[in-house]
Amino acid sequence: MSQWRFEVFNRSGFADVHGQSVLDDIGELGIELVEAVQSAKVFLIEAEFDKDFAGRVAKELLCDPVCEEYFIGRSKAPASLAKATLIEVHLKSGVTDPVAQSVMAALADMGVKADNVRTARKYLLLGEIKRSQADMIAKRVLANDCIEDCVVGDEAEPPSPHLKPYELEVVHWPITDLDDEGLEALSKDKDLFLNLIEMQTIQKHYRDFGREPTDVELETLAQTWSEHCVHKTLKSSVDMELWHGLPAREDTAKMAVPQQVRFDNLLKDTVFRATKELDKDWCISVFADNAGVIEFDEDSAVCFKVETHNHPSALDPYGGSATGIGGVIRDPMGTGMGARPIANTDIFCFGEPDKKLDEIPKGVLHPRRIMKGVVAGVRDYGNRMGIPTVNGAIYFDDRYMANPLVYCGNIGIMDKDKCFKNPQAGNLIVMVGGRIGRDGIHGATFSSGEMTHEHETIFSHAVQIGNPITEKKMLDVLVQANEAGLYEAITDCGAGGLSSAVGEMGQELGAEVDLEKAPLKYGGLNYTEIWISEAQERMVIAVKRENLAAIQKIFDDENVESTVVGRFTADKKLILRYNGQQVGELDMEFLHNGVPKYSRKAVWETPELTEPSIPEKDDYNGELLEILSSYNVASKEWVIRQYDHEVQGGSVVKPLTGVCNDGPSDGAVIQPKLDSSRGLAISCGMNPVYGDIDPYWMALAGIEEAIRNIVCVGGRVDRIAILDNYCWGDCTRPETLGPLVRASQACYDGAMAFGTPFISGKDSLNNVFACEDGKRISIPSTLLISAISIVDDIGKCVTMDAKKASNVLFIVGLTEDELGGSHYYKIKGELGANVPKLDLATAPKIASKIAEAIAAGLVASCHDCSEGGLAVALAEMAFAGGLGIEADLRGLPKSKDCRRSDAQLFSESNSRYIVEVEPDNYNAFAKLMLNLPFGQIGKVTEEKTLIIKSEDGKKIIESDIESLKNAWQRTFDW
Amino acid sequence: MAEIKAIVLRAAGINCDMETEYALELAGAEARRVHINRIIEDKTMLNDFQIIVFPGGFSYGDDVAAGKILANQVVHHLSEAVEKFIDDGKLVLGICNGFQVLVKTGILPGDGKELATEGTENTEKERVSKTDNQFLTITYNDSGKFEDRWVYLAPQSERCVFVEPGRRIYLPIAHAEGKVVTKDEATLTELKSEGRVAFKYVDKDGEEGGYPVNPNGSTESIAGLTDATGRVLGLMPHPERFVRATQHPRWTRRENGVDADGMTIFNNAVKYVRENL
Repeated sequence: MSQWRFEVFNRSGFADVHGQSVLDDIGELGIELVEAVQSAKVFLIEAEFDKDFAGRVAKELLCDPVCEEYFIGRSKAPASLAKATLIEVHLKSGVTDPVAQSVMAALADMGVKADNVRTARKYLLLGEIKRSQADMIAKRVLANDCIEDCVVGDEAEPPSPHLKPYELEVVHWPITDLDDEGLEALSKDKDLFLNLIEMQTIQKHYRDFGREPTDVELETLAQTWSEHCVHKTLKSSVDMELWHGLPAREDTAKMAVPQQVRFDNLLKDTVFRATKELDKDWCISVFADNAGVIEFDEDSAVCFKVETHNHPSALDPYGGSATGIGGVIRDPMGTGMGARPIANTDIFCFGEPDKKLDEIPKGVLHPRRIMKGVVAGVRDYGNRMGIPTVNGAIYFDDRYMANPLVYCGNIGIMDKDKCFKNPQAGNLIVMVGGRIGRDGIHGATFSSGEMTHEHETIFSHAVQIGNPITEKKMLDVLVQANEAGLYEAITDCGAGGLSSAVGEMGQELGAEVDLEKAPLKYGGLNYTEIWISEAQERMVIAVKRENLAAIQKIFDDENVESTVVGRFTADKKLILRYNGQQVGELDMEFLHNGVPKYSRKAVWETPELTEPSIPEKDDYNGELLEILSSYNVASKEWVIRQYDHEVQGGSVVKPLTGVCNDGPSDGAVIQPKLDSSRGLAISCGMNPVYGDIDPYWMALAGIEEAIRNIVCVGGRVDRIAILDNYCWGDCTRPETLGPLVRASQACYDGAMAFGTPFISGKDSLNNVFACEDGKRISIPSTLLISAISIVDDIGKCVTMDAKKASNVLFIVGLTEDELGGSHYYKIKGELGANVPKLDLATAPKIASKIAEAIAAGLVASCHDCSEGGLAVALAEMAFAGGLGIEADLRGLPKSKDCRRSDAQLFSESNSRYIVEVEPDNYNAFAKLMLNLPFGQIGKVTEEKTLIIKSEDGKKIIESDIESLKNAWQRTFDW
Repeated sequence: MAEIKAIVLRAAGINCDMETEYALELAGAEARRVHINRIIEDKTMLNDFQIIVFPGGFSYGDDVAAGKILANQVVHHLSEAVEKFIDDGKLVLGICNGFQVLVKTGILPGDGKELATEGTENTEKERVSKTDNQFLTITYNDSGKFEDRWVYLAPQSERCVFVEPGRRIYLPIAHAEGKVVTKDEATLTELKSEGRVAFKYVDKDGEEGGYPVNPNGSTESIAGLTDATGRVLGLMPHPERFVRATQHPRWTRRENGVDADGMTIFNNAVKYVRENL
């Protein structure tokens, strides 16, 4: 067998865009000595062919005949370049290499079977750099330690990809005789992340059983019982101590004795309870399947799921976010009998991207690199899957620096009569899609634990590499198999791989699995690794024996691998075998219901905060420009345009809108069925800083913002369903759990007030980073609310851009002195105390009336007034519409205490809408809003200027819209 | 009149097939999405169709280069069949990734002669050797990244059957590799003189410009190409994404004349087949 090495370079005269982007990144690191970077692609092919054929492979397959040239063998740095450094980046052995797989297939098309293909990247850095700088560039820019190896210089060969074959050896992990210390040590040594009570429970189970557990049994329990999979914290009973912070608008006089609240099951008593009490007949399946399912129209249902992939994205931003979106896409695909994905959402939280290197804790990647990597990962996976990414948000706070949050959502559509699974004893367990490798071992347990500065090395195996084309191929065939009715149940191999998929599907049945049958990416995996690997792009289906041939033909026809790995039984036991020998046996009952129930303590004490004293001024142009440029408010066009938001042809309200296609839409609308004018509105709401004042009001603000964004684009207010995604710190601490309890109480109150059920949710706890010096950085309490609703007629949707001069602008909703946690205070370096408090009685009425006005065609544009307050909302409407706005704060409905101009301009009071109305519709609109707080705030003008006059008639804002837009756009003009 | 049948090719990673099928049906064709494996198994099935569309997506992940692996597959398994299809006077449309595939197979810009089977013993080898003569390619955007944005297109060809001469159209692009480059000036001159340029990127007034009017840095703002027959069109923008007014990015502004520009391409194709085949 010969190994051929091919190097492919850019031909001179054709821009090396990769080299250029690496050069830019090196510059950002502060290394200015590198003058140029040349990049090359490297292919290592093991196959039996001769030199002539190698030439053909290079010419016809690997190298573009116009803009590239190739070299067969290893090219040296040109001798004329004394100051050149060569660095090669190879994937670590076992890491999925999608390009290599495609090259294998293409070689087969050329008539050659290759034994192995690997790819690498090669960089030639020109400039006088030291070895230490080369190492730093390799580590910080070119490669990721978790998945890649760097080879500096031109001699070293990459490590061999060949692994030793595996020989069966059943391993027991004795537990029955261990003392508490021993139990804890075992859990820690094996990265089980099981606590003492859980270990004791398992110990007792095995003592009763009279034997020792095997490794795979303990691993299965650890996966199934992980926080990631069972949400122990949110389901635990909680005793809450409240110190003068009540979930209602009450005076905050210091209490002598705390109020005690008890929850038997936190989630059931708050989030679920609202859904149960609301009992909407259009909710088809809630909190039961991989995604929440609601009715779409007579024939179809839609499902929605949002997941987080935080820890993996911290270690490998690109791979982590790619597998985050890849994983959440499989949730709708694995809901009911399988939905077809129609839209993605993504919401990220990062540290601010302008940090200096010495401000970054050890073991943490730079926030800018994390952001670029995360965006690229979602982009490449989502785009390749052909699913439009239509809605999202990015939030910056330095407490996310070590624990970035990566929320990925997916919506799918399915037939209404296929919303439930029906696996039966005797069904074959068939694994479909990608093969199993060592990638992503311990992901579920890892993501349930705390991160430390050493995680990067210890948990590199938890990082997974996605291959979207494998998933797309799998989707294509599963849709056909579903239409043909050839399987009984489907679920995804999520965290925990086969162990979770088979374990969940067989929960009420029992299952037998022959692990040696599972197809592997490479040899050497033991039975436990096969069972728990989170290798991506796999689904498990239950198939009747008589349907096997037909379904496998569908798969084979499009080159999708499928393998029978076992069958479902009726004895409620999970039996694992390898080559016929039993390696594990677990009781389904113990596995799924044996996890001890926790009772936790929570405490909430309202922080003693005060309002800052900031002098009042006559001119707020500077503040407005600064807020528009601030990271959270600034245009995210740089990100949005990298996502395909129009594939599938259902785009109605795009994320960017307005006269230049660049204004910020409040929500997205898509048309899932091309021949029906019914649409789906999608939005989100989140504001973590409010949680620093009170997570109760933070959660309500998030719920209301998500609802408001749905209403603004024309979504129905009576068909909104919402999702909760909690990302919190260490909830074993009562003072961290307290805020979570308060947020959950708000979820109940908000859902009930709006009649808006939660249909799905997920939590990611322990978002804490332990620095080398022992300091712990926790993320702010972060609750993402995602919302989805029906649009009866997409032709009636509206967007936020001002439409026509002389149209009237109304504001609906009361402005109060609520600058606490606002962007205005943020630019002044303050937090404040007066967090926006949602008026639960009025807000739902406002939402209904606005929706009614839009449905009646009375609204030319509608924009939610949120981050940055009224001034920012007006500025956005004006520059998105390419028109001016003249506003007068005398028309603003406001509370008595809201006297100051800065509060009127920048307060972030909830449930406020700015609505543009044609003069002809003035009366009809005003009549609808009767009895609600609303006022005429101004009008749209031809002059491209935003003018806002204070109550005493001064022009406190006067700025041309180009300057405003420029301020808003320049921050992320990357 | 016989039915007008269009085949929309599927392959691993192709993802614009459903909306392309829908657009063809709106135009009055009977469209069918078919996996490339089925066509390779039975090449004669192409006889039943008059239009073949290579839709957008990321065939095989755009691994190695955009469209390259699928192009390689077409070259090695379907070159004769596609050549015959064109020789029979039928239509070929490549959108985005499909355009990349058409260029990387050599079908575009083609020179008429190349497309004719010459009865050589080893046609596959013959096809393959033509990559030596590929004078044009589609490569990475100057911006270095994937972008989704709307662009105006000015028709350049009087002869391409898909194109309505004189009508400027507005369509979205969504790609990372859309920059058309030629090996040399001579190739470019030839392309222009032979009328192979089908569309150019222009601004709303019809003038060529820099980024983002020309969103990828394409040579002379080339957005689409046709071959010598005028019956093959490849273009980077997505006509199938603008077949209804509500897909226009500014439809809520109710500007005048929000026509679904993408339909012109499908309508023209169907009209041509109806009148000529």
